[in-house]
Amino acid sequence: MLKGKTKWRLGAFLLIMAMVATACGDSGSDDLTPINLQLQWFAQAQFAGYYAAVDQGFYEDEGLDVTILEGAVEIVPQQVVASGQAEFGLAWVPKALVSNEEDAGLVNIGQVFQRSGTLMVSWADTGIASPADWAGKTVGNWGFGNEFELTAAIEKFGVADVELVAQNFDMEALLNREVDAAEAMTYNEYAQVLEATNEATGSLYQPSDLNVINFNDVGTAMLQDSIWVSEEWLAGNEDVAEKFLKATFRGWIYCKDNPDTCVDIVLAAGPTLGRSHQAWQMNEINALIWPSPGGIGVMDQALWNQTIEVATGQNVISADPGSGAFRTDLAEKAVAALDEDGLDTTGTNWTRKEITLNPRGE
Amino acid sequence: MVESVRTAPGRLRRMPARVRTIVSFTLILMVLAVLWESYKWLGQTTGGVWPGTDIGLPVRTNNRAMPHLWDIVAALFRPARRGGDEVLLITLLRAGLFTLRSAFTGFVFGSAFGFFLAIWFTRSSLAERGLMPYVVASQTVPLIAIAPMVVIWGGQAGLPTWLSVAVISSYLSFFPVAINALRGLRSPPATATELMKSYAATPNEVLTKLQMPAALPFLFPALKIAATASVIGAIIGELPAGLSVGLGRALLSFASSFSSAPEKLFGAVFVAALLGLSFVGLVALAERRLIPATRRVSHDPEIAALAAGGTG
Repeated sequence: MLKGKTKWRLGAFLLIMAMVATACGDSGSDDLTPINLQLQWFAQAQFAGYYAAVDQGFYEDEGLDVTILEGAVEIVPQQVVASGQAEFGLAWVPKALVSNEEDAGLVNIGQVFQRSGTLMVSWADTGIASPADWAGKTVGNWGFGNEFELTAAIEKFGVADVELVAQNFDMEALLNREVDAAEAMTYNEYAQVLEATNEATGSLYQPSDLNVINFNDVGTAMLQDSIWVSEEWLAGNEDVAEKFLKATFRGWIYCKDNPDTCVDIVLAAGPTLGRSHQAWQMNEINALIWPSPGGIGVMDQALWNQTIEVATGQNVISADPGSGAFRTDLAEKAVAALDEDGLDTTGTNWTRKEITLNPRGE
Repeated sequence: MVESVRTAPGRLRRMPARVRTIVSFTLILMVLAVLWESYKWLGQTTGGVWPGTDIGLPVRTNNRAMPHLWDIVAALFRPARRGGDEVLLITLLRAGLFTLRSAFTGFVFGSAFGFFLAIWFTRSSLAERGLMPYVVASQTVPLIAIAPMVVIWGGQAGLPTWLSVAVISSYLSFFPVAINALRGLRSPPATATELMKSYAATPNEVLTKLQMPAALPFLFPALKIAATASVIGAIIGELPAGLSVGLGRALLSFASSFSSAPEKLFGAVFVAALLGLSFVGLVALAERRLIPATRRVSHDPEIAALAAGGTG
């Protein structure tokens, strides 16, 4: 039987356990329109423009209270936008078009990245200089819809005898020479190789150790990070969308001119991120955006056509979605407004910075 | 006399229980560390094969797959980034504390739910027969499959994300409590129950005065399992949650930069283990306070002997 003291102790124990739950404060809005933006992954320089627009008050200037929802495992931005949990979501064009074939009803209102950031990286001593050299080699790829630039290139060059193998979202397979070539993003995995220590020499791997094939040069590049909204929501909220684009583009222009500050803003959102890795990423992301000949966020029709061609050719989507899948008018209006403010919306003179990577990306 | 020929383990046994735990824990830790480094050394020396054969070792021994232990420790005491003002260990402990909040909440709700189920099952064999298969089946569904759903539903219901994570955590922690509490509640001999009934005790009185005290020794081992399970549940729950804090996020972040900084991932795993250990320690402490030593379920031979011979 529970004695009095024991009973009291049990009660106290349970009470302490129950007190752990604490309420979470909610943010007040002063006539600002609350907006959610769903990213594809957690905070990193890939999303610096959005973080900068929040940090610098660009969204607030447009009357928007933007909450950035970080991506995570199993979170698909297209689904989050289609379900109405976020007004805006980022996605690669082919992936969003696949969702649209499943009736997601999304429309691309801003094509932020003007080119593809996907590379095929191999060791220089393997002598792979063009897709044709993949013949008879083992080639890694990520799958999950990240492999179509590669499979299209294999088809385009008529490469025979390629062994395609699944690759984790890291560069272990290449570093361990389990594959001859591996998929890598310019702004992430490629840098990770250059942050790893070559155990034979004791220093970091160098770009000269590697051969890189860029899908933009191969001609099978597909459009990547872009801003998607649900068609249904957009019908009554075009003004909000235009304001969002204007503030977002202002954020990206800010990061073009102040990459170091933008890296700091990103680092503040992710305490485990390495500084030099994020500085590298910021630089490479800027390279994917700038120059934007038609103004930032305005769709490059030729690249859209190429994306659709590859996507239908690889059976990613069953048919050309037609011209309704994207619109440029909102982005063009936002760019025009920024031009009026005297901002550089094309970045014609932007040049790549020289970034030194530290070991472990620190 | 036997006393005079005590060997080293004998001396160990004479130490106070708490010291003994620490000494044996440290000894095993040292053995594991030596094993890790010797395996690594072996692999590096033979080029990754068993000596004298062509058979490859099961795990690579390079510095990415198996960093030196001192490199892992060094990484924990270095800022996560250059110029950072906080060493990685503190960053990770901070993340761990956030995860612990979800784990603890999940543990409390999960255990309470498990206990409630157990009481219900003792009262209604229909409920037990009908629901037990579902209770068991619930644990065979992979958590990683339901975690995103819970996070999305929680978001739609307006729950703060850490609370959705707590729900995921409670999903793992309710099970051991339900099973063991059921056994504990049923542990009093039939004669004791009959005696209570002869005093015209109501079912609630039988529950609080006979069954619950009898169930406590069964409950605490289950609570220890629930404590570790709730930490695992919270970490897995954080993966689809899109939180900027927490150990799950730190693990995800370090896993994606594994190729260049494996030490950090191992460091994060170490902190996760530490978190589970301290949580179980807390439960053990509560057990010590609530249950007299003679009634604790223990593998300690001295206490077992005391329990067998002392009270009866």
